[in-house]
Amino acid sequence: MTWRSPLALLRDAVLSQKAREKELRSLVSNLPFEGLGKSKQPNRFFKPNAIKTNKYTPLFFIPMNLYEQFHRLANVYFVGLAILNFIPVVNAFQPEVALIPICVIMFLTALKDGWEDFRRYQSDKKLNNMPCLIYSRAAKHYIERRWKDVRVGDFVKVVCNETVPADLLLLHTSDPNNVCHIETSNLDGETNLKQRNALPGLCTSLNVKRFLTFSRNREKPDKEKTGAGIESLLLRGCTVRNTEHAIGFVVYAGHETKSMLNNNGPRYKRSKLERRLNVDVFFCVLLLFIMCLIGSLGHYLWLKNLSDVPSFLVSDSKGHLDSPSLSSFYMFFTMIILLQILIPISLYVSVELVKIGQIFFILTDVDLYDEETDSRVQCRSLNITEDLGQIEYIFSDKTGTLTENKMVFRRCSIMGKDYPHKENANHLALLEETESEENVIFSQSSLSSQASRFDEDSSPVDTHRHGSRHRSKMAVNRQSSMAFSSPLETQVIPDEKLLQQISRSERSSSGISDPYMDFFLALAICNSVVVSMATTQRQRSLSVLAKRTGSFWKVFDSPKQNGSSTSAHKRSDDANGVQPRALDPMTLSARPAAASGDVCYEAESPDEAALVYAAKTYGFTLLARTPNSVTVRVPSGEELVFEVLDTLAFDSNRKRMSVLVRHPITGEYVLYTKGADYAIMELLGTPYAGDGQQKKIAADTQYHLDCYAKDGLRTLCITKKIVSSREYQSWLADRKKALAAIDGREELMMASAVQLETELTMLGATGIEDRLQESVPDTITALREAGIKVWVLTGDKPETALNIGYACRLLEEGDLVINMTSVVFQVTCVSILDCTLEEVRRYHEDPRNVDTTQKISLMIDGDTLAIALSPDLQDRFLELAKRCRSVLCCRVTPLQKSRVVKLVRDKLKVMTLAVGDGANDVNMIQVADVGIGISGQEGMQAVMASDFAITRFKHLKKLLLVHGHWCHTRLANMIIYFFYKNAAYVNLLFWYQFYCGFSGTAMIDYWLMIFFNLFFTSTPPIMFGIMDKDVSAEMLMGVPELYRTGQGSGEYNFRTFWISMLDAFYQSLVCFFVPYLAYQGSDVDIFTFGTPLNTSSLFIILLHLGIEIKSWTVVHWIIMLGSVALYFIVTLAYSAICVTCNPPSNPYWILQNQMADPMFYLICIISTVVFVIKNQKKVSNVIMLPLQIFCWGFFNSFFFCIFLNFYSTLFAFLIFVFFMLKKHLHTRVSSYQKNTGDQKL
Amino acid sequence: MNMRFYRTTMKEEGNSANRPSNTAFTQQRLPAWQPMLSAGVVIPGFLLIGLAFIGIGVGLLITSRSIQVLELDYTGTETSSPCYQCTMSNQSNCVCKLSFSIGTLFKGPVFFYYGLTNYFQNQRKYGVSKDFNQLIGDVSYFKSPSSDCQPYQRVNGKPIVPCGAIANSMFNDTFKLYQIINGKEELVPFDGKGIAWWTDYNIKYRNPDYTPLKNAFNDTEKPVFWTKPAYELDTSDASNNGFINQDFLVWMRRAALPNFRKLYRRITEGNYKDGLPAGNYSLEISYNYPVISFEGTKKVTFSNVSWMGGQNEFLGIAYLVIGSMCVVMSVVMLIVYAKFRFPEED
Repeated sequence: MTWRSPLALLRDAVLSQKAREKELRSLVSNLPFEGLGKSKQPNRFFKPNAIKTNKYTPLFFIPMNLYEQFHRLANVYFVGLAILNFIPVVNAFQPEVALIPICVIMFLTALKDGWEDFRRYQSDKKLNNMPCLIYSRAAKHYIERRWKDVRVGDFVKVVCNETVPADLLLLHTSDPNNVCHIETSNLDGETNLKQRNALPGLCTSLNVKRFLTFSRNREKPDKEKTGAGIESLLLRGCTVRNTEHAIGFVVYAGHETKSMLNNNGPRYKRSKLERRLNVDVFFCVLLLFIMCLIGSLGHYLWLKNLSDVPSFLVSDSKGHLDSPSLSSFYMFFTMIILLQILIPISLYVSVELVKIGQIFFILTDVDLYDEETDSRVQCRSLNITEDLGQIEYIFSDKTGTLTENKMVFRRCSIMGKDYPHKENANHLALLEETESEENVIFSQSSLSSQASRFDEDSSPVDTHRHGSRHRSKMAVNRQSSMAFSSPLETQVIPDEKLLQQISRSERSSSGISDPYMDFFLALAICNSVVVSMATTQRQRSLSVLAKRTGSFWKVFDSPKQNGSSTSAHKRSDDANGVQPRALDPMTLSARPAAASGDVCYEAESPDEAALVYAAKTYGFTLLARTPNSVTVRVPSGEELVFEVLDTLAFDSNRKRMSVLVRHPITGEYVLYTKGADYAIMELLGTPYAGDGQQKKIAADTQYHLDCYAKDGLRTLCITKKIVSSREYQSWLADRKKALAAIDGREELMMASAVQLETELTMLGATGIEDRLQESVPDTITALREAGIKVWVLTGDKPETALNIGYACRLLEEGDLVINMTSVVFQVTCVSILDCTLEEVRRYHEDPRNVDTTQKISLMIDGDTLAIALSPDLQDRFLELAKRCRSVLCCRVTPLQKSRVVKLVRDKLKVMTLAVGDGANDVNMIQVADVGIGISGQEGMQAVMASDFAITRFKHLKKLLLVHGHWCHTRLANMIIYFFYKNAAYVNLLFWYQFYCGFSGTAMIDYWLMIFFNLFFTSTPPIMFGIMDKDVSAEMLMGVPELYRTGQGSGEYNFRTFWISMLDAFYQSLVCFFVPYLAYQGSDVDIFTFGTPLNTSSLFIILLHLGIEIKSWTVVHWIIMLGSVALYFIVTLAYSAICVTCNPPSNPYWILQNQMADPMFYLICIISTVVFVIKNQKKVSNVIMLPLQIFCWGFFNSFFFCIFLNFYSTLFAFLIFVFFMLKKHLHTRVSSYQKNTGDQKL
Repeated sequence: MNMRFYRTTMKEEGNSANRPSNTAFTQQRLPAWQPMLSAGVVIPGFLLIGLAFIGIGVGLLITSRSIQVLELDYTGTETSSPCYQCTMSNQSNCVCKLSFSIGTLFKGPVFFYYGLTNYFQNQRKYGVSKDFNQLIGDVSYFKSPSSDCQPYQRVNGKPIVPCGAIANSMFNDTFKLYQIINGKEELVPFDGKGIAWWTDYNIKYRNPDYTPLKNAFNDTEKPVFWTKPAYELDTSDASNNGFINQDFLVWMRRAALPNFRKLYRRITEGNYKDGLPAGNYSLEISYNYPVISFEGTKKVTFSNVSWMGGQNEFLGIAYLVIGSMCVVMSVVMLIVYAKFRFPEED
């Protein structure tokens, strides 16, 4: 490193800042500058590829961590108090000692932070040292370097199955078509392959040196601009698949890469309970303030009443006494220090610990584990577990959430003729049955076909059975995590009539332009399905084949049961081309897949895969897809290669996708378009002008579409358009412009797509079934019983949605369904809303309907919703929706989903939960209080955005009803108890102030006070918060109504907080005044007096928890008894060791002395029992229950109130009586003294 | 790289690598005891607790009643009081005599206390005001007492030993008890040994290792209010001087409440071993300690002690009340239960 002037350094810094901030970055290759000093490097302003996500460095850990921790208000408060203690006039304790609690807390937090940071550092280091290949001009080939050595401007080579080290502009790949397949599972969890194209025209050879000057303006050597979009960018973190190697130019490195920019760390959500908690902490501050005010006022009055300076009043060093008002002012602060633990210092730490424990139990729940995908529930946000127990509204996506999202081709309509595929339906039903009776079938089959199939295997029957079953399980396991090609989808039993029709049209000479052929060609071509070849080195190819074996198995077995459909199955077997002997997955994988004709499809959406498989069944097999061509084998065995001129990708605005191809035989430009029926129908070539045939087809198809939708099928329209050469050329020019554009590219691209997609010819429609997930109706019923309103938001047609609604028991027969679909004008919407609202209100006001549950459901579509959500209508809409049992929103966009959730959450002030599985649910998941992602078929975007991720919808039931309820009640009770505990303890000190002239004296040794909070009474509430069970899991699942206790304000609310505070005051009164009265007038010294107080308050506080604990396990016993034991051991040891330490308390031998005194035990017992008896409302409940049943009504409540207050009243009376007695005795004694003087006693 | 490795290990471990372990603990199925409070437990429980408490209460009350207490106020605020003249200002070495009589034998051993009311030994600043290092006999702290002792740290530039407000304000009235037998005053012998805590006398407070003790106190000053230096607190017993003087130790153990008494002497010797016989007595008080200024009172108390310490009826009454409450409750519950019992709750 050469010396550089500071000025140059400064200039560099400014320049690099500028370079980074610029929208457009100009990059130059590093190669010509190789080996030159740093100052000569053209790309030195850009960040290197080394990443650093750890916050701290060893040297600055302490100051930085302290800085972080002081962002928390609570810490500032406690440190402030500790500092206050250093001011001599106000200190209450030895200043050094007062620092201990906050130091312990902050040390623990720092330890945790440090450990987390060290983990980050280690993972960074590992990542930075990963190997990669960088081109070196000196060595003239790629040399292996580390990730951290990659700089912007380098040429990097990534070989197959390697991870991309930085954001690369793809220049060249080993693929002849210059494409590169990547898997982005590290980024978004999507496991399907995506295609990336090398920058066209830039690189046809490996001679990298030609691109010495390369700028983001994307100039070719011939200075013509080339547009490069996201499709030629390899993002850091992706994995290269199916491509031997890819070469790219580094455009962004390190922290500037997309994946690092998106990496915002864990999200922090604050739960409802925590918000409530903060309010109550504020109340505690208020309470503390009042208590301190009382203290300082008391001190003032006490000082005022002293007429002279008594010997116990200590002046300052100069013998000067502060005026009463000044010293009472100081006393205020002393009191704050003394009573500071009223604000629970360890509460926040304890709450975090409890949540960790709760999450542990959620994660380890076997019921939330999914066998198929081998995945557990994931908790992505760590601090909203208790919100799960307070949900009032659930917003659910339909596809993939309520349904499997495993698409099955069910029916199609071609040229206005419906092909119901009855055999297919039967077959599917059969398969379903087979699956459920798997065990039986397998044992049968392996017995019956043992000889034929396992002749080479000599192991006993049992092993076969087990082995085969295991394998089939494995196959099932794999299928869902892999591509969308489950056995169900691939096995389409062709419709006989349609098969005949196809073979007829094939025989006819005009077969090429036959609409039937066109229909299936469209199915095969118009998609973005990637064909995986056997040469791929993806590890999963093995499992895909293994799965195939499983699927084959089932098909093969089923004829044994149902002989009637044997022929159909045989055919499918043959089509599969897998021999019965080839059972071993290893043998299979060894065979080239292409040879067996068994291609694998990797689709971005399951619908596409289902359609491609359907096409394949009818002989139209998609063989290969490159950016520029599609190869399809037609039934005649001919392989047609279609030149793909352009692909107009799917987007949610157009709701359709198109592929423009050049027909290899006719040479025509053909546009195949598929999409949602409403997005297609209006684009059909003017039906009125065209011949009657076209019109009829469109009408028939529409009719079939409606039928399909009623059956709950997902529908797609398939159309075709023949584009004339002239039309194509003119369109192409526009398209190119759009492609090269840098600003507003998206809009231009879309406009150009719309421009082409006109005057389409209807070919037909498909109906794809998406089966309901298991136990969905059960779950929805249970959730509803739990008082949760379930809304379904889907992009499907109203008919489909309605059908699914009935299927999953969201709607029930006899429900009143308010239909608000296809409302176009606001006026209509207003009138509908008003009318229905009026009707619904009348319904509710009708005395006959008081007890009946409302059975009103609302059904609304996207367009109407857009109107209903407008600011002047949303209140009325919500008013209506609030009264509906369930709401179905169909044809809604992702944005509308989130708007609905936000509206309900903000306006109704309820806890909302959104559950979804796809990218279209991300908005909604992020908006809701609790977002749940279903890790299903559609990638991981929803999971990434969610707070919790589950695998099946049915898991929601246990997650909410059991874990949600538990987490909520546990944490709520824990927090209430925590407040109670601190208040009860602090009040002991407060009551003592009345007897020490409000001078801020503590009668308990300060160390013991610290220990009391930090050790003796800290673990029981944490254990309570993690492990207590108020109701068993079975009960919670069986009686969903129990969930309602957590809804609304839940178990921790204004009332419970103040009741527990009053309880704390009362108990501290008992705990203080029993020893006070017992020791009154005796020669007890301060800390001897404090010991029974401390001990009995420990008993009372633990016993209070003991009463709260609903079920005692071994852990409970150990911790509770351990706490008591710890108290005695520590206190005894401390008072045995500490001879002169910790003045002024000096606890030497005090507890030992006390424990030799029976009074100590008597006091402890009586204080504890007085407390317990007061708490007997639970006991009395047991006894009163029968009474309540018999005397329901006024008498009951009256009596019950009296009963509850009985003990408290009695105790107050007792104290009163005692005082009276005492006074009486006193007067007797003094009168005796007066009278007798020197007479007899 | 990392990812690939992960994949392969996943494969090897089979298809349920992520399966949570199905143990009673992780599934929250630990055998648990649910305290169900049924009538069959509660009613007998209450009854038993109630009876036990009544028993204890009766015992406590009887014990407390059996303790004899004689309290004599000698503050002298009233003109009729024999110590009235001592309350007048600038009376030094004032002595007053208090006469009283005992009707029956005051069973021994009799404890003789002095008591103060409205005296806040539990003041925070007062409590801090002492130097432990001096009091364990560390001579180096004799020269430079802790700053905690201020303003009783130094006087006239000389360090005070023992320093601090507690020591300074030591109670300095002395008492002599005479029994009047046939008009003659017979001194009742007081036993001043062992009235302080054993640990205070033997461990917490030590005199410096000097003979004579006086030498350790060279160049130091006695506390301002004291008339005698620490090494001359007890002229009759040389070993009862310095920091292990029993009266000093008793005073240094601060009282918890503003109305307190402290043990002054025990009467355990001679004719009075079994107690104070009935008769007339005269208590000679050398009245020094000022309490009028803060409206305090001074008193002496004769008491004998039991296992539960001095007389206090509170605990006995409390036990009795709580015990009888429990019994009453159990009876009420029994009636309620018998009348309205669930048919299925047999």
